[in-house]
Amino acid sequence: MADEPLIRIEHLYKEYETDAGPVPVLADVNLIVQRSEFLAIMGPSGSGKSTFMNVVGCLDLPTSGKYFLDGRDVGTLDADQLAHLRNTVIGFVFQGFNLLPRASVTDNVALPLVYAGIGREARSRRAVELLAKVGLAPFADYAPGRISGGQQQRVAIARAMVGNPQIILADEPTGNLDMKTSYEIMDLFTQLNADGITIVLVTHEPDIATYAKRLVRFVDGRITHDGAVSAPAIAGAGA
Amino acid sequence: MIGQMLAEAWHAMGANRLRAFLTMLGMMIGVAAVIMMLAIGQGAQFMVDQSIASMGSNLFIVLSGSSTAGGVRLGTGAAPTLTSADAEAIADLPSIAAVAPVAPGGAQVVAGAANWATMVTGTTPGYLDVRDWSIQSGFAFTDADVRSQTRVALLGQTVAKNLFGDEDPVGKTIRIKSSPFTVIGVLAPKGQSLNGQDQDDTVLIPVTTAQRKVFGSQFPGSVRFIMAQATSAAAMPAAESEMAELLRQRHHLPDRADNDFDIRNLTALANAAAETARVMSIMLGAIASVSLLVGGIGIMNIMLVSVTERTREIGIRIAIGARQRDILTQFLLEAIMISLIGCIVGVVLGVAAAVAANLLASVAVVITGAAVILAFGVAAAVGVFFGFYPANKAARLKPIEALRYQ
Ligand SMILES: Nc1ncnc2c1ncn2[C@@H]1O[C@H](COP(=O)(O)OP(=O)(O)OP(=O)(O)O)[C@@H](O)[C@H]1O
Ligand SMILES: [Mg+2]
Repeated sequence: MADEPLIRIEHLYKEYETDAGPVPVLADVNLIVQRSEFLAIMGPSGSGKSTFMNVVGCLDLPTSGKYFLDGRDVGTLDADQLAHLRNTVIGFVFQGFNLLPRASVTDNVALPLVYAGIGREARSRRAVELLAKVGLAPFADYAPGRISGGQQQRVAIARAMVGNPQIILADEPTGNLDMKTSYEIMDLFTQLNADGITIVLVTHEPDIATYAKRLVRFVDGRITHDGAVSAPAIAGAGA
Repeated sequence: MIGQMLAEAWHAMGANRLRAFLTMLGMMIGVAAVIMMLAIGQGAQFMVDQSIASMGSNLFIVLSGSSTAGGVRLGTGAAPTLTSADAEAIADLPSIAAVAPVAPGGAQVVAGAANWATMVTGTTPGYLDVRDWSIQSGFAFTDADVRSQTRVALLGQTVAKNLFGDEDPVGKTIRIKSSPFTVIGVLAPKGQSLNGQDQDDTVLIPVTTAQRKVFGSQFPGSVRFIMAQATSAAAMPAAESEMAELLRQRHHLPDRADNDFDIRNLTALANAAAETARVMSIMLGAIASVSLLVGGIGIMNIMLVSVTERTREIGIRIAIGARQRDILTQFLLEAIMISLIGCIVGVVLGVAAAVAANLLASVAVVITGAAVILAFGVAAAVGVFFGFYPANKAARLKPIEALRYQ
């Protein structure tokens, strides 16, 4: 499966069922992402970026079209198999961090390993290892509410990384952070990407997009640009 | 994994202590009520069973009375129509195993400086057979004693204790209504009767002695009632009709006259009492179970609130790889944990309350392991049953909607 791309999406459509009938959000999306790519997705608000990320992250299923993740046809998998993919292949980073407020930083990072059936000892060893990697070793026992937003996002990245995923999906990971902290987070992503992790992130900020190696732009649920992270492409996406 | 989930369930409970406690309280009260009610119900049943066992088996009591005086029907026992001779005649019936005429009366009994008001029962040796009563020490009086109106007495346990303390009363002299009697034996303990009387608070003397020397009577030879034991349970209907026929004959009652006696099947009455106690026991348990149900609904209610409050948390867990059954297990465990802790405390409270009722209000209680296990089982079942709906609701949340939930 080495020549199979990590993500292969063909003629993907997504509609939301609403009271007023189906609302088309994604239309004929085609995308191939190879391993170790660093992809930025831009586009105006409501253009379907988050919807797309949810489908890629196996949190939602397309209305039609094919989606292959790591060679597996996602449309044919059952709920448990999708959960397994989310647990082992994918790592999520959200705009709002989404940590469990009542669990310690370490427990938050270790949580995916609980669902992988890994023992307590091994879990905390691995969690501590990743906390060190994101520079938060001293905060291992803190509650998420007692550390800064940037630190919380680092915890979230450590959690995304804990199961050794192949891809990290980040939907506006710097949306709640100031410039300086945003750059620190992006440096972390760059480092992870250098280690071979595929990264797909959604952003509205041009200077965040420049960290990526490839830019995809969504307008009205369709891909209008797919290529280099050039100044005009970013500018077009800034609208 | 299950260890981690238990830890998390414990954690989640700790995060909302007051709420968890109040939810448990419903369970505690329910379980305590069940334990207590079962203890009291089974206690009552136990008392009845014991009384029945102490009463003697296949038993009739024949009461004198229901005679008509000038068109006015007098109540049962109003006129002494039964005699010792009637008892002897009944004893000869083929379906009757043992008979005892009974002439009871209250009397003050004195032994040295001690005295005690008790019931003095004039009867025959057959009384011990009819009542399945044995002698603990000494001997019973005989038919010869009855014939010669001897002044001998058998003491019930309560009387023996009150008059003689730890001393052996056999051979000692007591005074009943100031006439002296020799104690020739002490009866084995019997306990309470069906209507709660202390059956050991009695003195047995020969019926003739009672009639002539203690109570006196304007109706010589008359007795208050006759106790008769049928040869078997199957012989009871035959025994009843034979006795009725015999007594009508002996009392020279014309065909159209009412009986001047009243035959009661004590065993049937006792069985009815036992049945009543059993039904009461079940009813108490059933009523208490309703509170368990209410406790269960409380758990369901709080778990639904908890699922709603933690929608986002559930979304996060699903996003990082929790399967539906992981979420289901998590919330189910939480419900069961609340239920079980409530149950354990409830069992302790219930047992304590039952013991307190026994000590403070002398209510008979019987706490069986089965009742405790039943309460536990029901509580666990309640936890699973009422926890399942909210847990299932949590497990079926759509991840994107759960993650978007504020
Ligand atoms: N559950 C839903 N039901 C109906 N319509 C929805 C639902 N979720 C999203 N939409 C619609 O789909 C479209 C795309 O939404 P989406 O969140 O993917 O946009 P986005 O590109 O991520 O926007 P933003 O940049 O603001 O995050 C929007 O018009 C939105 O209203
Ligand atoms: Mg979005």
